[in-house]
Amino acid sequence: MKLLTHNLLSSHVRGVGTRGFPLRLQATEVRINPVEFNPDFVARMIPKVEWAALLEAADTLHLVEVPKEPIQGYEHDETFLRKMHHVLLEVDVLEGTLQCPESGRLFPISRGIPNMLLTDEETKT
Amino acid sequence: MDKNCQSNYKLSKNEKKLLRKQIKARHTLLRHEGIETVFYATQSLVVANGGLGNGVSRNQLFPVLEKCGLVDALLMPPNKPYSFVRYTTIEESKKAYDTLNGEEIVDDLGQKIILYLSFVEKAQWKELELQALPPGLMVIEEIISSDDEKMLLESVNWTEDTDNQNFQKSLKHRRVKHFGYEFHYENNNVDKDKPLPGGLPDICDSILEKWLKEGFIKHKPDQLTVNQYEPGHGIPAHIDTHSAFEDEIISLSLGSEIVMDFKHPDGITVPVMLPCRSLLVMTGESRYLWTHGITPRKFDTVQASRGHKSGIITGDVEDLTLNKRGIRTSFTFRKVRQTPCNCSYPLVCDSQMKATSPSFPENDKEASQLEQEYVHRVYEEIAGHFSSTRHTPWPHIVAFLKDLPSGSLVADIGCGNGKYLGINKELHMIGCDHSQNLVDICRERQYQAIVCDALSVPIRSGSCDACLSIAVIHHFATAERRVAALQELVRLLRPGGKALIYVWAMEQEYKKKKSKYLRENRISQGKKKEISSHTPVEELLVKHMPEVGNQDAACSVPSNNDFQEGGNSRKVTNSKLPIHTNRTSFHSQDLLVPWHLKGNPGKDKAVEPLCGPLGSHDSGPVLHRYYHVFCEGELEAACQTLSNVSILQSYYDQGNWCVILQKV
Repeated sequence: MKLLTHNLLSSHVRGVGTRGFPLRLQATEVRINPVEFNPDFVARMIPKVEWAALLEAADTLHLVEVPKEPIQGYEHDETFLRKMHHVLLEVDVLEGTLQCPESGRLFPISRGIPNMLLTDEETKT
Repeated sequence: MDKNCQSNYKLSKNEKKLLRKQIKARHTLLRHEGIETVFYATQSLVVANGGLGNGVSRNQLFPVLEKCGLVDALLMPPNKPYSFVRYTTIEESKKAYDTLNGEEIVDDLGQKIILYLSFVEKAQWKELELQALPPGLMVIEEIISSDDEKMLLESVNWTEDTDNQNFQKSLKHRRVKHFGYEFHYENNNVDKDKPLPGGLPDICDSILEKWLKEGFIKHKPDQLTVNQYEPGHGIPAHIDTHSAFEDEIISLSLGSEIVMDFKHPDGITVPVMLPCRSLLVMTGESRYLWTHGITPRKFDTVQASRGHKSGIITGDVEDLTLNKRGIRTSFTFRKVRQTPCNCSYPLVCDSQMKATSPSFPENDKEASQLEQEYVHRVYEEIAGHFSSTRHTPWPHIVAFLKDLPSGSLVADIGCGNGKYLGINKELHMIGCDHSQNLVDICRERQYQAIVCDALSVPIRSGSCDACLSIAVIHHFATAERRVAALQELVRLLRPGGKALIYVWAMEQEYKKKKSKYLRENRISQGKKKEISSHTPVEELLVKHMPEVGNQDAACSVPSNNDFQEGGNSRKVTNSKLPIHTNRTSFHSQDLLVPWHLKGNPGKDKAVEPLCGPLGSHDSGPVLHRYYHVFCEGELEAACQTLSNVSILQSYYDQGNWCVILQKV
């Protein structure tokens, strides 16, 4: 699971609503997967990222050199875009958990795949 | 074509008329059969009206053609109203063209037929695969002597009235008589507590004992049905009720030979010649899974060569002719089963079906359980095999993805093996599926994918630029759940974001065009073969025989009785879900679709036919997936109940109803 994907995930346990975001990430195995750098693509991702959630996830993985916020004129700043490219697309969580910040429910990540299935009880409104 | 040509045969001597008829025949051949005729002379001719399907046999046509020269080959495709002839020289074929056009011959029924000939460059037909007998089927020739045959035939007294202990009936398509137990056509079963007095005729006893001793049969039967078929009679395709009879079912053919058609649920038909005095033994798969039946007609298409008595009628067009049927009497012996059937074909087993077949869900909880058992669990089990059959992305879906702006975030809810996740590298796509095994396949392909439920997707609201829902919504078992799944898609979209939705259509034939799903029914068996007029001709496809009604089937597949008519099954409550026959039209909106799981999931589908079509049938089990197929307008109507959306586009694509939504 890439951190860009993590940035889109939210807990869907009954009743948690927007307080289910962001999911707390715990990783026991992380791999760096080189991905071809596409500056335009990364630049387009910047406004879509929930920055606080990204920083929190990067922090739990002890990633360094993560920009604290989008900088002015980032579209043309290759150093910035390369850093963002790395953190969003190259960091791959293979094993670990995602935890709902509201209910505490844990979801396993195994072989890079989060399993977010809930029981009927947990989804019924 | 034949109709047009025959109706005015008296005028055909008129040359102008002849020419017009000839041109008409040419057009018909091109339009209906794709046979291209040419105006210059070649060695080969197509003989319109001179075909097996027209009642013209090889022995009749061959001498007529031979008058014009040495015939190199006469190819007679089964059930077609034409044939191809190839002469050794162009001079000979030219002579045939000049002299035989408009030639009148008399067919096997005494009807006059007028031949129209045209030159062809190529003969075209579909090739039949190498066929084998259905597994478990055996035909033993000359199992009894002519004297025994005569004795058996004389032992059946058809003149007795129905008061007689041995129940006798004249069904629509044949005469029938029962011994040992009466067979009830209302429920396709026997009353096990009421054996008929007298048991089996004494004359049969010694014969059965002999067969047992010689090892042709393993069990001694206790029920006998005698059927008499006149030419033109038949019996609808059926499987003998599993719970009524034991595994081994045997049938003795007397009086005349006949061709019996065996059919696998996948649609493969194997015509088998049952010679006079032969014994047909059906066990295992051929008894439990394949249907058997006799097409009501007066002629059978059979092998012309001698020494080819029993067994499969192959599609060898150089060796087919017609065989006039005589009166055939069959003695079918069966052993009444005293315990429920536990065969390995639950799809067609009435004993096992009662216990396992699910009902139409009446509430949300039942719907969820149905989906769990008949959607999620099945995909989990068939994931590998399923994925190996899902490799071609559909063009309209590819176009939708390619049109999205670079940097779009896209969720594919129900992504399966992820065949759309890598279409456009300028997108960030997340695949979601309920099946861990399918998501594993996505992950192996380096795609982002998560395991989740489409009713509760763990993606934050308003985050997606686009969503896909391909072949997903039709797996939800109530209208409320289908709408909820659609609403969940809309929740993920940002304002202005688009969702593309595909569901399976009830209408598999739209605007007079059959969907790919229906069309592939035959492709799986025959690949189109084209040969030039110089290539030797080997095989062609046996045309689908017309189905006969199920009303008086000796014992029909029990599940068929559960089929609901008409489209609106929502009114039906407390009913078992019908089981669909693959590659056929839908008869109910809510149904179970069988998946024949193959043993080796990695096996490439494209090369499979070369190994023989039957190899694939004796393997894995059959699993059922629940579907709700959508009627025209139903998907749009469901979308109109959603809040904050507008329908940008709705269309029909290869048997699916499709909608593009936009969040406002």
